[in-house]
Amino acid sequence: MIVAVTGVILVLFVIGHLLGNLQIFLGPEWINSYAQHLRDLGGFLWAIRLFLLIAVLLHIYYTIWLAIENRRARGSYREREPVKASFASRHMAMSGLIILAFIFYHLAHFTVRVTDPRFALLKADPLNRYDVYSMMVYGFQNVIVSAFYVLAMFLLALHLSHGASSFFQSLGLNDKKLTPRLARIGRVVAWLIFIGYTSIPVAVLLGLVKPAQQL
Amino acid sequence: MIGTLDSKIPPGPLASKWANHKDHSRLVSPANRRKFEIIVVGSGLAGGSAAATLGEQGYNVKCFCYQDSPRRAHSIAAQGGINAAKNYQNDGDSVFRLFYDTIKGGDFRSREANVYRLAEVSNLIIDQCVEQGVPFAREYGGLLANRSFGGAQVSRTFYARGQTGQQLLLGAYQALCRQITAGTVKMFPQTEMLELVVVNGHAKGIITRSLITGEIQRHAGDAVVLASGGYGNVFYLSTNARGSNVTATYRAYKKGALFANPCYTQIHPTCIPVSGSYQSKLTLMSESLRNDGRVWVPKARGDKRPPEQIPEAERDYYLERKYPSFGNLSPRDIASRAAKEVCDDGRGAGESGRGVYLDFKDAIARLGEETIRERYGNLFDIYEKITAESAYQRPMRIYPAVHYTMGGLWVDYNLMSNLPGLHVIGEANFSDHGANRLGASALMQGLADGYFVLPYTLPNYLAGEVGKRPGTDAPAFEQVERDVRARVQKMLDVNGSRSVDSFHRELGLLLWDKCGMARNATGLREALARIPQIRDEFWRDVRILPQKNETYNQSLERAGRVADFLEFGELMCIDALTRDESCGGHFREEHQTPDGEALRNDEEFASVFAWEYQGNGAIEPPKLHREPLEFETVQLAQRSYK
Amino acid sequence: MNFRLRVWRQKSSDEKGRLVDYDAPDISPNTSFLEMLDIVNERLIERGEEPIAFDSDCREGICGTCSLTINGEAHGPSHPGAACQLYMRRFTDGETITVEPFRARPFHFIKDLVVNRGALDRIVQAGGFISARAGSAPEANSIPVPKHDADRAMEAAACIGCGACAAACPNGSAMLFTSAKVSHLAFLPQGHPERVTRALRMVSAMDAEGFGNCTNTYECEAVCPAEISASFIAKLNREFARASFAKKLGD
Repeated sequence: MIVAVTGVILVLFVIGHLLGNLQIFLGPEWINSYAQHLRDLGGFLWAIRLFLLIAVLLHIYYTIWLAIENRRARGSYREREPVKASFASRHMAMSGLIILAFIFYHLAHFTVRVTDPRFALLKADPLNRYDVYSMMVYGFQNVIVSAFYVLAMFLLALHLSHGASSFFQSLGLNDKKLTPRLARIGRVVAWLIFIGYTSIPVAVLLGLVKPAQQL
Repeated sequence: MIGTLDSKIPPGPLASKWANHKDHSRLVSPANRRKFEIIVVGSGLAGGSAAATLGEQGYNVKCFCYQDSPRRAHSIAAQGGINAAKNYQNDGDSVFRLFYDTIKGGDFRSREANVYRLAEVSNLIIDQCVEQGVPFAREYGGLLANRSFGGAQVSRTFYARGQTGQQLLLGAYQALCRQITAGTVKMFPQTEMLELVVVNGHAKGIITRSLITGEIQRHAGDAVVLASGGYGNVFYLSTNARGSNVTATYRAYKKGALFANPCYTQIHPTCIPVSGSYQSKLTLMSESLRNDGRVWVPKARGDKRPPEQIPEAERDYYLERKYPSFGNLSPRDIASRAAKEVCDDGRGAGESGRGVYLDFKDAIARLGEETIRERYGNLFDIYEKITAESAYQRPMRIYPAVHYTMGGLWVDYNLMSNLPGLHVIGEANFSDHGANRLGASALMQGLADGYFVLPYTLPNYLAGEVGKRPGTDAPAFEQVERDVRARVQKMLDVNGSRSVDSFHRELGLLLWDKCGMARNATGLREALARIPQIRDEFWRDVRILPQKNETYNQSLERAGRVADFLEFGELMCIDALTRDESCGGHFREEHQTPDGEALRNDEEFASVFAWEYQGNGAIEPPKLHREPLEFETVQLAQRSYK
Repeated sequence: MNFRLRVWRQKSSDEKGRLVDYDAPDISPNTSFLEMLDIVNERLIERGEEPIAFDSDCREGICGTCSLTINGEAHGPSHPGAACQLYMRRFTDGETITVEPFRARPFHFIKDLVVNRGALDRIVQAGGFISARAGSAPEANSIPVPKHDADRAMEAAACIGCGACAAACPNGSAMLFTSAKVSHLAFLPQGHPERVTRALRMVSAMDAEGFGNCTNTYECEAVCPAEISASFIAKLNREFARASFAKKLGD
């Protein structure tokens, strides 16, 4: 139940974060002012970060604990054929752990900005805000970085395609008719998130989005 | 050895016998109940409900079953329903009518008083089961639904889809679970009773074998209740579960309990036909199918055309033809025999020629496939799974199969056998169904015995038995345990060449042939000559692997059961030969009306045949005791379903 | 038809087990899977070898005794249906078929293909009943039950208690089994007085037996011979949440 509740918090964050990021397509003005708004929240921003951190930690703690219990409970078959379980549902731990690694990298890359020395060279934008727009574009111009992002988003989508609908099951918020529908909606949402997120590095690599300033 | 058989039927008018009897039975006070240990063998509808109810009342109960859980007892497989005289349908039903139908259906070979009591408590069973959470079918208004079943002219059958037995058993099982948690019932799953222990003429214990470890154990009790089901598996192929066996009741018989009417076996008309020699069991298709299906065979002998190619005019709807008023719903014994007759006549359906068609074409045309699917969908699915044919497209093929055994250990009105302390309930006793059981009556009887009869009659015995339970170190226990071990060892030591199943199959085929749907003196004598030979061969040539008792050993389990069947089959044939009349499920070819119906001989045979085992070792003919059946209320008549 | 079997043989829980190959030649397609094993056993006995131990009783899919994992699937490839309702015509001629017992930690191993499923009984003993003393029940029609509720209760009550759900679950979870009983009784008015304690006790008994947790893979639903819907698991989660809440308030 804790896994489900924390999971849904994180899903909501992922959706919010996506909406923020998609503003890159509206030009530097939008996204830079959005980023500035976030920073202006000050202490409240830290409160949100702390809240998300707690959610992540609880989510991970309980899933690991469950995974250990479950591993102990299951029988050791020589041969086993999944009948209905989706690939996603069988590999939640794997996808979750890689996503965790991705989160570390992502924070280092765009939040703390320690992985790319070029980000330090970026000047403030005309309104004296940090130029998030250009940072993202430069960040994604590296094919390897973008590929890792896309891979991580793929795994995130996989994770959510099972996780999003599981939430309703685990909290008992569905019934016989709703279950298959929710499962379908969960999958659709997960893959929309994937498309949304990957559209950014793809657009950058295709040169559709160009930096607002030269280094 | 045994005096006159006293059925202990209480005096007074039929309708008030049971009430009077309860009023005058002895009681055990609540404080004293926990001093008693009751042994219950079997955990089906009868055993499960009895153990739970006795536990509820405060007795200490030990309940034994060979299955790995009490929920798996074979009562679970009953499909159709349970009768009760509620008259919810306002169609003229009453306790008397249920009583009368049951006694007539049994071809006037059961006790009036017992059957009346059964009809009387039938209503309490429905109340009890609903309260336990049995999800009976309901109407849109939320009240209980009924259907007409097995030839009854009123709708008095309560049902839960096609899984009524399952739901009733789970009700009893849950009641049992509650008592296990409360500590009043101790459950012994995978533990088989191998012998009864009699101390000073009273049944006071049993010897069991753990099917997991092979451990042989003694259990002492103040009373022993056998609820171990019927002996249909003596035929090898039957609708019973593979493990169903006669051992508990047969061992009690060998210890002095009388075995009553063993020749009364019920052959169910609607089963899936045998398809090969490898077959291990037969599957019943609920009789409710006959409500909408029409039974027919081709008119011409040897007509092997597929059924859809046989035109209407060349079909013989023989049940409708012979029994115009009951038609396809005529009672089980009659429908079964009619099927055998047409197949013997060379007009049987299917490859083997041992089958008749049960056709839903008209019903589908009349009611639509959807309705039929709703009513019988799960049965059609079962049929398709087994035969790979769809009954929506072409008629089902069905054939009679052994299904239920009306005979069993003799009991009096208190459900106690002639051995004091030994009580027998459910299918294991002989009491309520006479020579033929009506549909939806087995569940009724099992639960009646367990919930509402035994809990009143057992204290009547116990009240005089305070402090008489022997210790398991008593010499009788020692002796019986030694016998059990010796018998097991003897079986293991044979180390011959044939599997247990091969003997069982041989016995089954013989009995099906000679003592099945129709019997005659010549055939029965042949069987009686042959059975001892098979038995000798068994003890000379059976091979049990692993050759060891102290382990999980399915070969050994079965060997013990088959050894008892090999003796019991003989008793069955002796009874069938001695009952020189036809009645209900017992059809002696020598005794039939000009149009082939069973011809009773009330003058000579309106009595229960109760057999007493004589001596040890080589089988001496058992001794016959007769309990005359007195009919004060009903008039004996030839059953007519025309 | 001819088959090659790879069967789990293990004398007891103390000894190591392994898959052993057996040939099953000359089998009619109309033989049931268990009858095919009977035939193999007959031949083993003829040769003086120990037969394969496997459980079965009613052989018509209702008692829940048979418990085989066939080609890696609980009850074999033909769903819905118990192993005893599986016929050899479902396989291809010459196929190699692997047979293992139901495995989950709370199912203690007995021999070859036989395990002890007493853990399921103990879950029911914890509270899967309505306390209704024989003889004290009110008239059966005194409490009408809406048809829809009665039908839903029946759907849940159809569980045959075979344990395939736990055996197929990658987490060895018995949620489907437990949810079926909790739901069956929760749908009926007669089950309401004990609703709170039932949900709490049955769930804690399930955990105490060492069954795993549900991660919503729905393997259980896929192999269930009685077609118990995983939506009952959602109902159990709901009942459990409700009961936990009610208990907190009650205390």
